Amino acid sequence: MKKHASYVSFLVILTMFLSACVTINIYFPAAAAEKAADKIIEEVWQLEDEKNEGE
Amino acid sequence: MTNRLKHYVLLSLFIVFALVPLTGLAQANLEINTPAITSIKQSMQTRHSQLVEFYNSGAVGLTKDGMIAIRDANAVPLAKRQLVNTLVSAENQDRNALYREIARANNHPEWEPKIRSTFGQRWINMARPGWWYQKNGNAWAQK
Repeated sequence: MKKHASYVSFLVILTMFLSACVTINIYFPAAAAEKAADKIIEEVWQLEDEKNEGE
Repeated sequence: MTNRLKHYVLLSLFIVFALVPLTGLAQANLEINTPAITSIKQSMQTRHSQLVEFYNSGAVGLTKDGMIAIRDANAVPLAKRQLVNTLVSAENQDRNALYREIARANNHPEWEPKIRSTFGQRWINMARPGWWYQKNGNAWAQK
């Protein structure tokens, strides 16, 4: 009976872990998107060049 | 037997805590270095040197959905009105393509609206003082 319980708990935790992985995969990486946006905007608007000219 | 149960629990917890940060790491950066994205970026960079005068004069403003729009046509000399229209529509085509390509490059085409709204905020955030942008109620405001 105890052996059975241990297998059940193992399966429960494993299932929680796998569902967490799926959640992470679906979740939109907002911080990464902001970082990517800033990088592209800096290039398109040439903000880096202006900063360098100002120095 | 309870020892065995403890073993399972500890092992599972170890797996969870060891691997969860790794899956997070894989998502830490968005892919933005594809040939399609680079070419759109270059086209927008070239166009920006022509558009900047209209951002400065307030003729063109940044919309909250990551696009640009003509805000005040009267701020544009007659001779340049056709040019502004062409620039704005070409820019918006590139911006649409950019958001679509970023979503596709990251294997999540359904992220496009979220990428668009992220860009919408960031363009406005990084706009130069004096440029116009659209607020939540669609009203225009100046940086």
